[in-house]
Order: sequence, then structure tokens, then C-alpha cells
Amino acid sequence: MSIHPDYAGVYKNKWTHIPNLKLSGLEPLEVSEQLNFVNVGERTNVAGSRKFLRLIKEEQYNEALDIALEQVNGGAQIIDINMDDAMLDGKEAMVKFMNLIASEPEIARVPIMIDSSKWEIIEAGLKCAQGKSVVNSISLKGGEEEFKAQAKKIKRYGAAVIVMAFDEDGQADTYERRLEIVKRSYEVMTAPDVNFPPQDIIFDLNIFPVATGMDEHRLNAVDFFKATRWVRENLPGAHVSGGVSNVSFSFRGNNTVREAMHSAFLYHAIREGMDMGIVNPSMLEVYDDIPKELLEHVEDVLLDRREDATERLLDFAETVKGNKKEKKKDDAWRKGTVKERLAHALVKGITEFVVADTEEARQQYSRPIEVIEGPLMDGMNTVGELFGAGKMFLPQVVKSARVMKQAVAHLIPFIEEEKRKNPEMAGHGSAGKILLATVKGDVHDIGKNIVSVVLACNNFEIIDLGVMVPMETILDTAEKEQVDVIGLSGLITPSLDEMVYVAKEMEKRGMNIPLMIGGATTSRIHTAVKIDPNYSGGVIHVLDASKSVPIASRLTSEDNDIARKVTLDYKEQYVGLRDDHAKRQKRKNYLSLQDARNNPTKIDWSQSNLPAPKVEGIKVFEDYDLAELKEYIDWTPFFQSWDLHGKYPAILEDRLVGEAASKLFEEANALLDRIISEKLLQAKAVIGFFPANAVGDDVEIYANTERTEQLATLNFLRQQNKKAPGLPNFCLADFVASKESKQEDYMGGFAVTTGWGADELAKEFEASLDDYSAIMVKALADRLAEALAERMHERVRKEFWGYQPEEHLDNALLIKEQYQGIRPAPGYPACPDHLEKRKLFDLLEVEKNTGISLTESYAMFPAASVSGWYFANPEAKYFALGKIGKDQVEDYAQRKDMSVEEIEKWLMPVLAYDPE
Amino acid sequence: MSKQSIKDLLKDRILILDGAMGTMIQRHTLEEEDFRGERFKDHPLPLKGNNDLLSITRPDIIKDIHREYLAAGADIVETNTFSGTWIAQADYQMEDAVYDINFESARLAKEACAEFTAENPDKPRFVAGSIGPTNRTASMSPDVNDPGYRAITYDQLVQAYKAQTIALIEGGADIMLVETVFDTLNAKAALFAIQEAYDEKGVELPVMVSGTITDASGRTLSGQTTEAFLISISHIPLLSVGLNCALGAKDMKPYLDIMSKKSPFNVSAHPNAGLPNEFGQYDQSPEMMADLIQDFFRESYLNIVGGCCGTTPDHIKAIAEAASKYSPRNLDSVAI
Repeated sequence: MSIHPDYAGVYKNKWTHIPNLKLSGLEPLEVSEQLNFVNVGERTNVAGSRKFLRLIKEEQYNEALDIALEQVNGGAQIIDINMDDAMLDGKEAMVKFMNLIASEPEIARVPIMIDSSKWEIIEAGLKCAQGKSVVNSISLKGGEEEFKAQAKKIKRYGAAVIVMAFDEDGQADTYERRLEIVKRSYEVMTAPDVNFPPQDIIFDLNIFPVATGMDEHRLNAVDFFKATRWVRENLPGAHVSGGVSNVSFSFRGNNTVREAMHSAFLYHAIREGMDMGIVNPSMLEVYDDIPKELLEHVEDVLLDRREDATERLLDFAETVKGNKKEKKKDDAWRKGTVKERLAHALVKGITEFVVADTEEARQQYSRPIEVIEGPLMDGMNTVGELFGAGKMFLPQVVKSARVMKQAVAHLIPFIEEEKRKNPEMAGHGSAGKILLATVKGDVHDIGKNIVSVVLACNNFEIIDLGVMVPMETILDTAEKEQVDVIGLSGLITPSLDEMVYVAKEMEKRGMNIPLMIGGATTSRIHTAVKIDPNYSGGVIHVLDASKSVPIASRLTSEDNDIARKVTLDYKEQYVGLRDDHAKRQKRKNYLSLQDARNNPTKIDWSQSNLPAPKVEGIKVFEDYDLAELKEYIDWTPFFQSWDLHGKYPAILEDRLVGEAASKLFEEANALLDRIISEKLLQAKAVIGFFPANAVGDDVEIYANTERTEQLATLNFLRQQNKKAPGLPNFCLADFVASKESKQEDYMGGFAVTTGWGADELAKEFEASLDDYSAIMVKALADRLAEALAERMHERVRKEFWGYQPEEHLDNALLIKEQYQGIRPAPGYPACPDHLEKRKLFDLLEVEKNTGISLTESYAMFPAASVSGWYFANPEAKYFALGKIGKDQVEDYAQRKDMSVEEIEKWLMPVLAYDPE
Repeated sequence: MSKQSIKDLLKDRILILDGAMGTMIQRHTLEEEDFRGERFKDHPLPLKGNNDLLSITRPDIIKDIHREYLAAGADIVETNTFSGTWIAQADYQMEDAVYDINFESARLAKEACAEFTAENPDKPRFVAGSIGPTNRTASMSPDVNDPGYRAITYDQLVQAYKAQTIALIEGGADIMLVETVFDTLNAKAALFAIQEAYDEKGVELPVMVSGTITDASGRTLSGQTTEAFLISISHIPLLSVGLNCALGAKDMKPYLDIMSKKSPFNVSAHPNAGLPNEFGQYDQSPEMMADLIQDFFRESYLNIVGGCCGTTPDHIKAIAEAASKYSPRNLDSVAI
């Protein structure tokens, strides 16, 4: 039913003879009935975002662009840009920002809403938009003549427009005033002398706060709903928009109520026909998830259902204040039907009763398969929808999958039994078959396993080939199993090459299976430039697990056109990226190696104090105490591996993901405590120190203190990008005293692992259908390895090398690297050559001392291992090498006595040029 | 009115646009003196290659080219004014000649058309004033290190295009054709200017827009997809929208498919004669090209068809013959 007494039911578009509102950035946006609601991003608004205002004032346009990009990536279908601030030259800022956006294809793909109360700023913005924008806003405030002239101008510029319910007498605040103004506005605009396309008119009907305590505000929401309906029913083609957060203004500080109020407001407004709006997605509760009592109180106010609605909500708001969801165990859900219970268990990830509930369901249905196809899939679909809408987060989804898996496992014997008795009754079809593998030479699989779980719980059949999978195995399996999609994963840089190789071989075999690329070192640009051109069957870079589902669903769509369109769309996108990349490549200038070498970090060695390490040679730690490591864990990357982004500990209080993060943190610590007390993982380490001196960009490592016998020569690379005056072109060798300085300096190295036992433990969990814990084990082992490296480095500074015996730092400062000396790892930004890891392993006899081994791509096995060099000099700092020129590659090849081609292969990601 | 309106004609059949002007001019192997003529004999800069100038200095050649295309069956001929804005003429320091270039070009085309219409009143001929993209872009920076910079502003473009439009109207153009759009913002400025010029002259001539999809990425140079381009220029009631240049007929097909599905206006195409060979020449034969375009007719993509770079009267003749066997795209079938 409608809130408006004159109309019935949910609003349905009745103006089918009028074209849809069509907008464009680089890509089209058609506001069709199916689209339901267009979400406008509001963070690029100096009036609404303090941060954005500051960035614009300080002319930090790059950061300001990042905000725009975040909006688009976060799902904004239009971005609103507003530069109205007394301290700004709004026109200049608008032009500048619009022009900058035009050169960012990721942002420019969506239409722009040019937002200003000043006509000259609107006009300046319109002159920068190649797409069809929306003007926000004009109104009858300044009289009919001005309004008419502006409407005509906007039409001539080719934009749609938001018209405020505002006239010469002020802003409309009642139902009648709204009608009066919009009616007049519409008539003026659609009269023959203006002839504005009606579908390009969007009315902002003024959303005002409710529950303010003032009687005249009681109908604010109801009047908006009614006016919305009236506009949609009576003004052909016109749309309705508004800024939603206004409505809950009285409840600032109480997000529980605000979020509930926003969703309830939108729920009703959309039903009455509101089809565009400025909404902050992080301030929105799922309508169906609003606790019943709260919803009732909120709707009492919104719909003005009771005399005392406001007082009641205010009282009730006190009880939900503080935003702390109640801790006590809530078993009320156990009273629901079995279907409801299964759905609840899936959404909340509760395994406790799942087998019993599944069994109960099985007895109710005539066939076991119907339990899967019915209540279980319904529940998983809800999970999928909530996840897709950003209302659930990865750890929760993986837990849901665990529930699903256990339920299905309970049913499998019954299904098998049925098949035996009744062979012609086929099982249910899957959404599609997907092969996943971590490529040859790489052992990292946390991300891949998460993708595997997420896809599996969306009904895909997954063939997971594990880690270190050779190309032949991947392709042979793909062909034999007739999979629909191949997904490749990898974490270390050499895996990128392996992926290119796989793509090339797929092309050679004439395969036509789409290829998904994922993993920490992969990127859209690498995929576009290096992988996509080698394979015509379609290559798609998948940013994270949450993106894998929609992409896989479209790739495996039964409608071949959709699948083909996806691959073509990406192809198109990648061709564009390649072109941009090629253009950018040519322009960037690099120094010659000689010039770069003439600008090293300058250290006066004659004035330096170079303490000799307290420990001589190698020191091995057989079984390091895990309990000591707990406080050294850097949790932020742990949350990242679960797609929860934010810094620890602030993330636990985060408005959007705080709850999910806290839950994850709690469970991670429980498992961690178990690992420590039951010694489920074994930690081993080796460190060593050696006399060393730099010779050019190399460092010579000596066997004896007289420095007569050489153990190894370490080769380092030097930055070649142009530097600001006073900044050196860094090279790690600069941090060791040169041979010619005649000073006695030292270098160290380390390798640590906490991975022994991790695979076994993960397999145990997998066997008991608990992927959540299996992934957790590996993620924790990774964190422990990093913690051990951090702890070991601290002890090196204080005890073993002992150059900072008095250091006192807490973990936060350790993570910020507030100490003297560095521990860069071969293969990572300062020294990206993985081959040097071999030298480190030989010097420390790592295989013998810890059992860690190197794969052909120089990944360490077990995966939870860390190794690197120690530099003690106070001038030593972390840096990223950046790109290097051919001159340095040739020089480096000579130093390593290898061919240039071989070096290029290993250093591919850092080459400033295209070796082909 | 002795002449049928172009809108009525479009309901009945596929109309034929002419082919390349530059390709035909090249056949004459003209020298510097031809370009200068008497009027510009003392101009300080070399003028060879400034084809638009020939409408003033060698009107005989330009008019003959129009005649050849009309004889080949063209319903619409384009004026020799692709670079007829002060922006494009600035390289030659020929800003002052802009009015005459446009006025004379329109007049020549009009005279040629009048001859053929008089001869065969059942097939009236039309002059489309060619409005090119200029050599500067309003939504892209020429300096990669300064992406916010623009070498030309919207206001400058509007001013230049308005001057061109007025001269074309006064010279007798029947239609305005904004073509080879590689930056939609330039085209939007042209459409804005055309409307200003119409207001000033008190006329309302039909407007055609033709964009350029640069390569297999399926986008304009400024990054828009075909559909986004279409939406961005649909705010005035166009006679037609279509694609030209950069691609041959074969490669244009997927984008014309989108155009014909989405456009509420007539759809046009004037592709190149294939892609240039290693010497920069177009070697697709009239038969080959007509054959490829026949595919568009079969799919009912088009209402107007012609040729761009590398096409000649022979190409247009072959295309016109093919077109005569098919009916035009039906606008009523487009979903709004």
C-alpha cells in the first residue's frame, strides 16, 4: 500500500512512452526501472567532507582524486562535486578538479553531478564535462525568468538537472507547498519555449529532520513520501532525489538509530518512487535486519503513527545508545521453523546446531537434495546478497561457508544412497566449474583458499590444484575436466612471469577458457600489459575475493552473450590501459646509471662508529618460544588478508567493519592461544654476521676479520628515478662502509620460519570441513613468522649485534620501524632480485639450520617464513627501488656473470623499458 | 518548395553522402602556387597542404570534385571546410581567411548541387557544412605531466565554431555536419555554437554528428564508449548520428551495431577505404568496400552512408548501387 491516500501499492513507472533518463561519463548510465535506485557519492563535496575541503584548500589534488576514486569503487553511480566554500575560489577549484577527473578513466567512467549554489560555478563545470552530467541545482528561488534562462542554458549544455522545491517565498516544507512548487517548476520547464526533456528533470523534494520535538516537523517524512508519490504519478517522466542523512539529524551521535532510520526512510521513499539520492552506504542498516522493536519505533516517527512517537523513540534510543550490540547469547532464533533456523545459522555462521537442523529438514523433505536446493541455497543466497551489498564481510562469509559445508556433508551419504537406489535421478547442477591453482614456484595460498571458499558457497564446483602447480597440470586438468574458468594465484613477483607463460600456452593450445588472475603482486595494469595480449580467450584481473563471485557468475552465465560480453569488456578496458601505459612509459625520464651513482647516500665513514657484532658467525634457534611472539604480532595485515581494511587497533571500533573485525580478532586469538599452548607450530631461526665492505654497488662478504678471504659478493641495485635536490639515489650498498674507506664494517642476515606444522594443522581442519579455521591457521602462521622476524631484529639490535643495547620500543613503534638499522628482504622493494636469496641461504646454511627450502621461483617453503639482510648503519633506511634502465641491467648482468636476457626475466617488474 | 525535405527522403531510402575530399585533391598534384593563388601570394608561411584554402584559390578543382561525387550518386556533399575554424587555421596564420573559406566552400557546393537538382528534380541534392574537430582537445591535456592543463577552452571552441557555422549558413549550406569527433567535449561545444548561430540567424537547419572510434578499444580518443558518446550528444534533435574515419567498414561494425540499437536518430556511417598500408595509402577497392558495407545494409544499421579517407567517386558509386537494393533502418523499432 502507498503512504499517499490517493494511490495504491508500490510505485510502478507509468510513463513508458517517455525515454529513460540517460547520463554518461566515459560509460553510459541509464536510469531504468530495473536500476531501482541511483546512489550518488557525496564525499567530493567541500560542504560535506572536512577532509575533502582541506585537501582542496591545500591543493592536494591527488589525494582529492583518491577520494573520488574511493567513491566510485565503493559503488557510487554518480559523483557529486561541490566547491562552495567561502575560503575557496570555487570556480577555479571546480574547473581544476573536473579537468583532473577527466584524465582518470577509473573515476571519469561515471557521470558527474555538478553541485553549486552559484550559477557561474555550475556553468564553469558544465564546460569541462564531455559526458552528460547532472546540475545540482536550480530553483524558482530567484524568480521565473532566471529559472527559465538557467534551464534553457542547461539544456543547451546537454545536462540533466536537479530542481529544488524552493521558490520566491522560500523552501517547501509541507506537502502542499512541495506540490505547488514542483508543479509550477515542471510546467515552466516543459513549456514550448524551454522544452526541457521531462526525463531529465529530477526534483529534490527536501528531506527534513523528524523527531525534533517540534510539532510542525512531525509530518516531515510523511510529506516527503507523499510528495514523492505525487510527483511520480503526476509529472510525466520526472524523477525524485534527496539527501537522506538529513532525516536523522536529531539523533547525531546515535548511529544505531540513525542507520535504522536511514534504511527505513529509503525503504518507504523508494516504494513511493524516489529513484536517486545521496546516501552514505556506511550509515545504512539492512532494512530486514533492523531489530523489530527499533524498527517499529523508527517507523512510528517516520510515518507519524502515534501522538507520542517522538518521545517513545527518544526513550528507546537511550537503550540502544553507545552502539554496542548486546553481548549476551541470544537463543530466540532457535524457536523459528527449521528453514528459518538454517537461514539464521548460515547468515550468522553458527555451526552449533547445523547437523541437527539439517537432519530435521531432511526428514521433512521428500529428497535430501531438496534440502540443499531449498533452505540451504536460500540461506546462501541471502549471504551472497548481503555480501554483494557490502552488508556482510569476508570472515563472516567464510564462516557461512563452513556451516554450509557441514550441512551438505551430512546430506551427502543420503544423496549417494538415493543415487544407488535410483540411478536416473541426477544430482543438482552447479553454477559452473572453476579451476584454481597457485602457479609453479609459489607456495602462498591464503588468498586462493579464500576465493575457493567464497566461490564454493556460491554454488560453483571448485577444482583446487593447490600450490606450486606446473602449467601442464593446470591446462591438462582444465581440458580434461572441461572447466569454465581458470583462476591463477601467486604472491611473489616471479609468479607474474609464470602466469604470462600459462597464458601463452593456453593460446598455443587454442583454449577458450577465461582466465582469472589474482594474488598480492598481481595488478590490473600488469594483467593488461603483460598477460592479456598473450591470450585471446579472455583475461580478467580480480582484485579480491568479493569481486570473484560476480565475475565468475557472469563468465559462467548460461547466456553465452553475457559471458562473451564480460571478456570483451575487459579486453577493451585492458587495451585502453595498455595504450595509456605505453604513452606514460615514453614520457618518464630516468637518470643514467652513472648519474645515479654520482648521487649516493653520502656517509662520512671516517667519522662513523661501526660496532662489531657481539656474536660471531652463525647462530641457530632450534625451537623458538611462540609465547614470546604474541605481543610482536602486527595485526593490520592479518585483517587485510580477510579483506577487512583499516589499521589495528582502530579497526575494531570501525563503524563499518568493526563488528566483523572484533569477532575475527577474538577467534584468531583463541586459536593462537591454542597453537601456543599445544605447540601446534614450530618456530626455527638462523642469524649470522660477517665482516663486509662495499665495492661500488656490491658488498663483499668476508670469511675472516682480516678480510682476506671472500665468502660472497652481494649485488645490489640503485634507484634511477630523478630525485629532488638533496635526495640521494638509494642503493643498499651505500649503507656499508666502502672498501676504500678502510673502515671495518659488517653485515648480517636472517631466516626465520613458524610454518612447520601449519599445513598439517590446516589439513586437519579441512578434513573436519572447517575451511575457516584452516585459512586462519595459515594467516596466523604468517603473522607469527613476521613477529619472529621483528623480535629477532630487536634482539639483534640489543644483544647479538648489540649496537642499540638501550633501545626501548613498544610494538606500535616497532611496526612503525622507529629503530636504527633495517632488515630488507631479497625480492622486495629495496632489493627486488630474488636470486640474491640463494646467497643468503648459502651464507647461513638455511636449509640445514631451519629446514626452509627455496622453490625454483625462490619462494620459501614453508610459506610462513621470512628472510633478509641486516644493515646497522643509522643512515640505513627502507626505500623502493622503482624502475631501472637498460644500462643498469647490462651492468648488473656483467656483475652477476649472467646474460642480459636472464636478468631481464628476473627483474621484469622493475624494468623501465620493454625488453621485447 | 520544389524540393522534398531531407527528413522525408530519409524515410524512403538510404541517402548517400560523398567520399573523401583530400584523396581527390591529391590526384591533382598541386603546388604551393595553387594554394596561394593571387590573393595569398605574399603570405609569410607556406600554404601547401591547407586544402580548405583551395575553395578560394582553386574553386574550379573543388567544384569539379563535388560534381564527380554528385555524378556518382551522392545525395549530400560535404563542404571543403574540415579545418575551417580559426583554431585549425592558426597553424597557417590564416585566421583572417576563415569566413571566406566557409562562405566560398558552401557556395561552390551549393552551385554544384543546384546543377544536378535542376537536371533531375526527383533526386534533390544537399550541402552539408563540414565542421571538423580542430587540432586541439578540450577534455585532454597535451602535457602528460600536467593533466589539468587544456590547450583550448570550451568558450574558445564555441566562438570558433559559431563563426564557422554562420559563414556556412550564409554560403548556402543545408545541413551542419559535426564530424570526426574524437573528443566529445569539442563536439558539445560545436553543438552549443550551432544553436547560438541558429538563434542569431533565425534559422533551424538539420544537424548531423559523426564520431570517431579510434581503435579496437571501442572508444573515442577521449575515452568514451559508443553508447556514452551517443548519450552525451543526444540533447538536441539531430538529423543523424554516426561514425566515420579511423576505421574501415569491417572494424566499424560492432560500434555501428550499438549505434543502430540505441540511437533515437537516423544512423550514418562513412568509413575509410580500409586501413592505410605501409605507405599510408588506402587500397581497398570500391567493390571490396561496397561488399563490406552491404553487410550493414543487410543488418539494417544505416540511413545515411558515404566514405571517408581513401574513398573516391568510384567507391561512392559502388556503395550507392548496393544501397539502392536495401531499405533504410527503421527508427520506430528503437527502444527508448
